[in-house]
Formats: sequence, structure tokens, C-alpha cells
Amino acid sequence: MSNIPVELKYAKTHEWARTNDDGSVTVGISDSAQDQLGDMVFIEVPEIGATVIAEEACAVVESVKAASDVYAPIGGEIVEVNEALADSPETVNNDAYGEGWIFRIEPVDAGELGALMDADSYSDFLASESH
Amino acid sequence: MPFIPHSESDVRNMLATIGSDTIEDLFDEIPESLRMGKLTGVPEGMIEQEIARLMMQRAEADGRPLCFMGAGAYDHHIPAAVWEITTRGEFYSAYTPYQAEASQGTLQLIYEYQTMMTQLTGLDVSNASLYDGASGLAEAVLMAVRANRKSKSHRILIPTTVHPHYRQTTHTIVHNQKIDLVEVPYCPEGGNTLADALKQYEGEDIAALVIQHPNFFGILEDVDMLTDWAHAQGALVIGVANPVSMALLKPPGAWGTSGADIACGEGQPLGVPMMGGGPYFGFMCCKQEFVRQMPGRIVGRTVDRDDRIGYTLTLQAREQHIRRSKATSNICTNQGLLVTAATIHMSLLGAEGLKRVAQACHANTRKLVDALTASEYVEPVFNRPYFHEAALRFSLPLDNVVRPLNAHNILPGYALAQEYPELADTLLVCATETRTDADIAMYADHLGRIINTQTAAGSPVKPKMA
Repeated sequence: MSNIPVELKYAKTHEWARTNDDGSVTVGISDSAQDQLGDMVFIEVPEIGATVIAEEACAVVESVKAASDVYAPIGGEIVEVNEALADSPETVNNDAYGEGWIFRIEPVDAGELGALMDADSYSDFLASESH
Repeated sequence: MPFIPHSESDVRNMLATIGSDTIEDLFDEIPESLRMGKLTGVPEGMIEQEIARLMMQRAEADGRPLCFMGAGAYDHHIPAAVWEITTRGEFYSAYTPYQAEASQGTLQLIYEYQTMMTQLTGLDVSNASLYDGASGLAEAVLMAVRANRKSKSHRILIPTTVHPHYRQTTHTIVHNQKIDLVEVPYCPEGGNTLADALKQYEGEDIAALVIQHPNFFGILEDVDMLTDWAHAQGALVIGVANPVSMALLKPPGAWGTSGADIACGEGQPLGVPMMGGGPYFGFMCCKQEFVRQMPGRIVGRTVDRDDRIGYTLTLQAREQHIRRSKATSNICTNQGLLVTAATIHMSLLGAEGLKRVAQACHANTRKLVDALTASEYVEPVFNRPYFHEAALRFSLPLDNVVRPLNAHNILPGYALAQEYPELADTLLVCATETRTDADIAMYADHLGRIINTQTAAGSPVKPKMA
């Protein structure tokens, strides 16, 4: 059973979103996603300052098995990216919800977070996907 | 005999298994309106004996002329060992070896090819080759647009000194992908690309600048100035280079302060005979930081679980069988057999041999230009240094010169007016290391006689000095 922290929001494309104290939103991929993809070999982070809309592909995670897009769970401006992943992409495998974060967005409309799933819904979603 | 392994009963059995009556049923998803029906204009099949005779006749019709034409494909000496080894059963395949466990020899050869190409271009990584030089440039343009994440414009500056066929092919491949190819005119005196021509784009958002060096006219571009200019605008630099010239000239990786970002070009001069326009092969190299945006296959060296060295295709996660429409390219193949020949060719020549070939090409072309421009009716168009090609203007109608030279079995050069209307009566000539002093004298003698006949008393043609 994969790890699904209750305080986070989840997208159907397996990203997690955490609202920080300053209102910005940190994004990564879920423990289930990293487990499915396998050992990470490269993370292509977005450009700082880029404007993204919800569900837009803005990063790529490349594992030994596949390269997959990471989608912005909400629209906004990219204000920070995890540069450390360039040297240690395996952090996404080892600590998907912590040091393995990928980018931080300054949302245009924080209300968009409402469209994401909570931990219970995401757990059900994973269960339904595995059928 | 048809080379189809299935007998009629095999086909019937397979169709019965899937519940179809005819092979035609398998195509019923294709709407009727899109089908060609019967092929027209295709003659009846021929037996091997007939086809061998026809091909022999066609080959003889070429007449093996004495070649002074380059313009993208070059008549170099190929040591006999190159194709003797290349066509051995162990190598004789046009296909990329996917299975590391069954293809170590070919994979090692491609790894060595990549190593040689990085040494030649002065860049960090090479792919296993592409189809040809022209499609290689198109791939480099697509790659630059992906790799230059600072640029949003999808705009590429491409001087008209880049091979016209490469520009056409690139246009065909990229114009429906919202990429804007902006042509930059050349200097009429120097035949090169000047800083002045680029000035209007200063400070604008440009994804990449293409630099062909030596350029299509054979002229050396001011690569350091052009490279530094492009990088100052935040543009990447795509170098198009002749592989033989790189043995002598500063390679793309050493252009300007930080080098070209991507180098590509036509591999034909490395052991591939001139054959009806192909098959040839394209090469592509780039800086390490862009390797994940590079299209095509890459062979890597690794160790197996017993720590023995082994070779394998690497970075495949970017390719079409995994990334589908988001792959770095949908041309995930290489020109295996031609790369095999090129690798053997380069190993036989060595770095020193390749350099001597380049020097001989340059020396012979200088002799050719001197010999031809000794006539007062022939003059060089451009005043800048060249590698092994030069544009010569004739002060009499070109057709009247080319036709009689052809009749003497001489291929005198490439008529530039086809793609450059302003360069009427101009031939792009080339003498590789295979042209002897006697060959050059023969061209000059025939030309002299033809010009004398045409300009005899009463002729309206005036010499260049008049």
C-alpha cells in the first residue's frame, strides 16, 4: 500500500500539491507514481518565471523505464524549482513528498485546488486504476 | 522468385484464424476515398537476368565523367578495404542492432563511430547517425527549439549560404510545427554572412542561428564572430560542417568563446561513394547539456554484472516507442551500414590521414581555380578564403561551356543560378584529392579551346576586363 499523506491534494495524473504558509503551492509526484516509474535517472524541471495553466505539462520525469510528463495541478507562475534533482534524481524515489518536490507555483486562483482529490479520494482512485 | 516466406496456404490459415476472407479485409478501416486503387505507371516485373542487364546499361549511361562537382557530395578515394570489410556477413545490415545480447560487435562499432565524431566535431556526444545531412539539419532545428528553453519565439536564423537543399528539406519538415525559418542574405563580395546582416535581429528572441562552415559556396564563415553574436542574443548555434574539413579547420565545438551547441552534416565524404544521391548518412553531435534533447539512437558503454565491458543502446526513454508523440524525433533509426563504412574509413585514414586528405583537397581546388581563371573569361565571384569549392563566373553563356565539356566527359561544376538567380553563368567547382594535375590541365585545356571557339572574331561575347 503506497504512502498517501492526508494533508496533501492529488491530481489524476499523480501529482501532489501542498499549500505553503505564503500561499504558494509545492508540487511533486506521488509515492505510487514514483513506484510505478521505477528508478529515476533525470528530472527536467520547468523554467522559473514560466506561466502555466492547470493540467499543462511543465516538467518531465525520466526513469529507467519511461519518460513521463508532470502536469501543473493548478495554474500560476513557477517561482522555484528543485535544482538539487539535477544531481540526485533518485531523491524523487526516496522522498517523493519531501526532498523530492519538483517545483513551486504562485497560484493565480487558489480555488483551483478544490478540483483536486484529497487523500481518501486519491486512494480510491488508485484502487480503481489498478483494476 | 518472390521473397515472401508465406505460402498461399499459410496466408489462408492465418486469415481463417482471424476470421477474414481476404487480405484486402485487413485494410477496410482506410476509407475508400483515400485508397490509391491500382498502381499505375509501374511496368511488369522483370527476371533477374533482365534487370541486371538494364542496370548495367543505366550505369554505363553515366559514362564515369571526370568530376569537378561537389555541392554536397564529394568524390573521395575510398580504400578498397572499407567496403570489403563493411560487406562481410557480420556487418552487412542496414538495421540498428537493438539486442545488446546479440549485437556487441555492431554496438561497439557504433560506439567507436560516436567517439570519432565527437573528436572530429569537438563536442561531447554523438548519436548513432541520421538519414542524411539535410534531414540532420531539420532534426537539429527541432532539437534547438526544444533545447533553448529561454526562447519562446521558435525563430531560426538561417543564412542563404546554407546548402539550398538543406534549407528546403528543413522547411518541409519543420514548417508545420510553427517554426519560423528566417533567411539571412550573404555578402555579394565575400560570399559569407556578415555581422551587418544580423544587426536587425539584435536583442530579439531567436531560438538558434545556423552556420554552415565551409558554406555552400565553399567560403569560410567568420564562425567565431557569428557564434559569439548568437550566444549574446540567447540563441543556440547549429553548425553544419563537412566532416573532412573538420580535420583541418577549427571544429564547431571550438567556434567562438563557448563553441557551437549542435553540429550536424553529411557523412558521405567519409567512405561513402557518390551514388545517385544516396543512401548517405547524417551525423549529429552536441554539448553534454543537450543530450536529452538529441534525436536518434545513442550507444553507450557500460559493464555487465560480471564487470565486463559491454555496449548497449542508451537514453531510449526519449524515443518514440516510449514517448510516442512526445519523442525527441520520430526518426529513431540510423544508417547502420554507411556508418560502418565511415568508421572503418576513418580508422584506416587516422586523424593524420584525414587531415592530409583535407589539405590535398584545398591545394587541388586552388590549382583548379588558378588554372580556370587564367582565362580572361573566367573570374572568381567571391574574395574570401575557401576550403575545397569555389564559385567562378563565366563572361559567356554557361550552357555554351557546360554542354561541350560534358561531351568531353567532364562534369565541370554545379550551376548556381538554379538556386541563386543573381549568380547567373556561375559554376561551383571542386577538386578533391582524387583530381590530379593532369585532370585539372585537361579541364583547363578543353575550357580554353571552347572559349576560343565561342569568342572567335565576330562573336558578341566580351572578355571580363573589357
